[in-house]
Amino acid sequence: MSSTAAGLVQVGVLLVALAVVHRPFGDYMARVYTSAGHSRVERAVYRVARVDPESGQRWGTYARGVIAFSFVGVVLLYVLQRIQSVLPFDFDRGAVPPGVAFNTAISFVTNTNWQSYVPESVMGHTVQMVGLTVQNFVSGAVGMAVAVALVRGFVRHRTDRLGNFWVDLVRGTIRILLPVAFLFAVVLVATGVVMSLKSGVTVDGRQVATAPVASQEAIKELGTNGGGVLNANSAHPFENPNGWSNLIEVFLILVIPVSLTRTFGTLVGDRRQGYVLLGVMGTLWSLVLAVIWVAEAHGLRPSEGKETRFGVPSSALFANSTTGTSTGAVNSMHDSYTGLGGGGAMLNMLFGEMTPGGVGTGLYSILVMAVIAMFLAGLMVGRTPEYLGKKLGRREVTAAAVSILAMPTVLLVGAGTAALLPSTKGALNNPGEHGLSEILYAYASASNNNGSAFAGITVTSDWFQASLGVCMALGRFIPIIAVLCLAGSLAAQKKVPETAGTLPTTGPLFATLLGGSIVLVAALTFVPALALGPIAEALL
Amino acid sequence: MTTTTECPQRTPEEIRDRHARNPGHQVGAGVFNPRRLLTSLPDALRKFHPRHQLRNPVMFVVWVGSLLVTVFAIGEPSVFTVAVTLSLWSTVLFANLAEAVAEGRGKAQADSLRRTKEDVVARLTDGRTVPGADLRVGDLVVVGAGEVIPGDGDVVEGIATVDESAITGESAPVIRESGGDRSAVTGGTTVLSDRVVVKITTEPGESFVDRMIALVEGAERQKTPNEIALTILLSTLTVVFVLAVVALQPFAIFSGGKQSVVVLTALLVCLIPTTIGALLSAIGIAGMDRLVQRNVLATSGKAVEAAGDVDTLLLDKTGTITWGNRRATELIPVRGTPVDALVDAARLSSLADGTPEGRSVVELCATRYGRATEPADSERAGEFVPFTAQTRLSGIDLGDRRIRKGAASAFTVDASTRSVVDEISAQGGTPLVVAENDVVLGVIRLSDVVKPGMRQRFAELRAMGIRTVMVTGDNPLTARAIADAAGVDDFLAEAKPEDKMALIRREQEGGKLVAMTGDGTNDAPALAQSDVGVAMNTGTSAAKEAGNMVDLDSDPTKLIEIVEIGKQLLITRGALTTFSVANDLAKYFAVLPAMFAAIHPQLGRLDIMHLGSPQSAILSAVIFNALVIVVLIPLALRGVRYKPSSASALLRRNLLVYGLGGIVTPFVGIWLVDLLVRLIPGIG
Repeated sequence: MSSTAAGLVQVGVLLVALAVVHRPFGDYMARVYTSAGHSRVERAVYRVARVDPESGQRWGTYARGVIAFSFVGVVLLYVLQRIQSVLPFDFDRGAVPPGVAFNTAISFVTNTNWQSYVPESVMGHTVQMVGLTVQNFVSGAVGMAVAVALVRGFVRHRTDRLGNFWVDLVRGTIRILLPVAFLFAVVLVATGVVMSLKSGVTVDGRQVATAPVASQEAIKELGTNGGGVLNANSAHPFENPNGWSNLIEVFLILVIPVSLTRTFGTLVGDRRQGYVLLGVMGTLWSLVLAVIWVAEAHGLRPSEGKETRFGVPSSALFANSTTGTSTGAVNSMHDSYTGLGGGGAMLNMLFGEMTPGGVGTGLYSILVMAVIAMFLAGLMVGRTPEYLGKKLGRREVTAAAVSILAMPTVLLVGAGTAALLPSTKGALNNPGEHGLSEILYAYASASNNNGSAFAGITVTSDWFQASLGVCMALGRFIPIIAVLCLAGSLAAQKKVPETAGTLPTTGPLFATLLGGSIVLVAALTFVPALALGPIAEALL
Repeated sequence: MTTTTECPQRTPEEIRDRHARNPGHQVGAGVFNPRRLLTSLPDALRKFHPRHQLRNPVMFVVWVGSLLVTVFAIGEPSVFTVAVTLSLWSTVLFANLAEAVAEGRGKAQADSLRRTKEDVVARLTDGRTVPGADLRVGDLVVVGAGEVIPGDGDVVEGIATVDESAITGESAPVIRESGGDRSAVTGGTTVLSDRVVVKITTEPGESFVDRMIALVEGAERQKTPNEIALTILLSTLTVVFVLAVVALQPFAIFSGGKQSVVVLTALLVCLIPTTIGALLSAIGIAGMDRLVQRNVLATSGKAVEAAGDVDTLLLDKTGTITWGNRRATELIPVRGTPVDALVDAARLSSLADGTPEGRSVVELCATRYGRATEPADSERAGEFVPFTAQTRLSGIDLGDRRIRKGAASAFTVDASTRSVVDEISAQGGTPLVVAENDVVLGVIRLSDVVKPGMRQRFAELRAMGIRTVMVTGDNPLTARAIADAAGVDDFLAEAKPEDKMALIRREQEGGKLVAMTGDGTNDAPALAQSDVGVAMNTGTSAAKEAGNMVDLDSDPTKLIEIVEIGKQLLITRGALTTFSVANDLAKYFAVLPAMFAAIHPQLGRLDIMHLGSPQSAILSAVIFNALVIVVLIPLALRGVRYKPSSASALLRRNLLVYGLGGIVTPFVGIWLVDLLVRLIPGIG
């Protein structure tokens, strides 16, 4: 079987698996966030945390919960890294330097999982398991909680309550992420992923690092985190030993973002509303996959240090899924991709991470884009714009605009400043167009909380550690606050009844409009910058 | 609630004329005279003041950019920098011009209105004389024949004919009398006959004329909710492009191709949504203006926008959906009278009768019985007896024949005639008894006939997602028959004011927006409760005060046009925004290769328009960007074409025309401009 045919079979198997799983899983998640009961474990958590699980929160309270929880997470993770030398399983790797610790703490709390360090020589097992892995779970649960809060904004009427952040956080972690991650950690061990508390093994006289990989690998993909336990990430045979593990990891990356569209459809009481979002996500995902695949298969720089273990199709599939979901795990080095292929991966991020996006973040990002698209569409049909029975007025448009504006702002300010700094040229492997692509990729990855690296750029200087850290934080929390504000003003409204004059949001017309808006916003914002980077490279 | 039969009714011909002027029921086009561009120039120049520019974030950015580029052009003058500078200032000028032209259309009207207020003296009932501008609420003034009514108010004593042409443009005088629903008078109108005492109901400066002046001048124009939301979106886009262009310089420096401030500013102005930014306020002013042109006065732009959102229309049956009981549909002989004798008498009695009822009788005689519609010479000799309230009948004296027709109560009728009369009444019609020399010959049935074209109109409204509810005092049976004939979605029979109010509340509970018309004092609560309440100018002050629009023509059918104008206003904004944003694609293809082909020659392949030179490419894009504003001014004033159809069909059409059109047009436009620009020495 040729490599292309094998690739197509893989994509087919993946799509069938997602099609089969997303319905029950999506409905299950809908039940998780709407059920009235609490499990014994959950009640214990609420008692310890002194949370009244029955009390609803206003959007401001909900947002403060998110910010406070994340801030405490950053502080704890920072401290944990700084005191590594006194922790068990540190293998004398010593305290993590402040710059790295700061960057890493923000990176893992914001679900970015950008790694400016080499894990097997910097992080011990305790920091990995107690710090990084915990954040892999809860940062994903935070994203899902925010998405569910926004959906409640559409579903609820004339209320100022969006649900309880702590309940959503605990349920997302305990009822969704933990069981699925546990199950797939076992599956991954079966495919050959390493699971060991040793620091390494000696093979043919050479020391090879090992770690409790499988348990973290599952949540790394499932929570669209992407932070590898080993430096080579999913290109490393201990993290991703073979084609089966590769396919399972891609499946894990996509399963929650895809199923959440079903959850959305179920919660708003019209499944087609979810399918149309999935259709838009899937179409853009497929288009970029085709671009990367073709660019790499017929690339002009085929042999430049490429990861050859999985071949072009599997690498393209992984790269497309990891950049389309804000995961950022890699099974091949994106820096070695062609201008077009690497540009495709970058484009996925510049779409604003919604094809299909990260856990929760993908859903709320595409809903914000739908709000903007429906605002324009509403004007064009001569009615005060509305979406899902809620009017889109000044407050809603402002919140959506702020949410959309945050990412390009931090990205362009960060990358622009970096391009001006004289030290930047020294940090780059490549000059000219590819050098600029490397800078753009780094800031796109941070601002979109993706975390994948183009590599080719040395980001260990204080400037990069700090600026990328700030980009990750602002790129995560400005949209979250804006989205919750949007949810608040939506929930306060009464429902506009659907009439024959209502613009349907389930058909191909809406899908085209939404998809077009995503592409147009990204193109208009980033074409000038891309022209000097990937576009100039691709046209060479 | 009053039945609208009390309103002066338009004749079918008048209304047909109205529809003929407005074919296909599309919202009609406002007139745009290119000469206006010149006459509005002084106003446009005045708008360069920064205080004015600050109100429009998009154009303010252009204004600042123009200033910045001017400084550089003075520092290092070259053909290119001077040309770009001029083009940028032109962009600002054209935006000012669009607004000035829109405002200019109201100015003339405002001036003539203002004249109605000048030198008006009020005679108070206590004999004092004060200037009209000093009148307070509650003052009682006496107005005699030939005098101008000094302020808005209600007639509390007397009856008079009033010439309201200064306000409505309608030359036929109207009757205003104390009590009832025709008591309201407007300051600035003239009493033609008799004498009335008017109780003033508005404070100085808040009168109808004052409001109208403010409205047509657009002086106190407040941004409407949707306009504010759109401005926020446009500001966001502007910020995005400012960022994209500002960040481009570091990337350009990194790549070894530093750009001049002039070029970067040119790129920025090309990208930000200047087209819609420049036309946004003109669109709003023109929307209000279109209402004024249709003799509708809205208290706020918000009300016009709300009209576009209306889900339910409450329409009074009589006068709106039907002509009222004014069409003769049947001649019924009684007591063995031959049909011919009845037809003959009915026709003769109606020949000189100019009322709609009279004409319809002649028409019926002509169409069903083949009689002439014009009187024969022998018939001209007759003497017409007009209708009076005392006799309640009209007719003709021809030789010794005294032919009369009128209400049954004006005649002594026998039992068989009475039963015919009662039957017609029971079916919701109006019986007219015809008699010759006091002998009853038969009965004319006047029926309620649905106006032509209403069925299609309601179907269009249904397609737009608007439900029509017919409100009538008729019994449910009659109401159903007419509702079916007219094709309305629902009806409210035997309606009392409180029923109408309950219906509005019920609709609003479900989140729907309701529009209605009304004229009587007991309509006032419902008008106030409805989201769009159109009061008839013939109505009471209370009704006019409660509604948020006044129709000077007192034509209830206009509600449908008002809804269409509201929709058209929003569509124009949305369509031009889409067009504006879609334009950017071509501008990227023009400007980016021009900027960077020097450092990355491969980017020259993006120059698919094959423009003359990098400088001509940039200049052409900027010039196109400015020119497109002028080209679109007529569209902004007129509003985009609107044909009632489903939301999906509207969106598909507008996306095609303004989205796809917006992508293609600038490719052609910039290419054409470049053909000329490249001829400029030092550019090409």
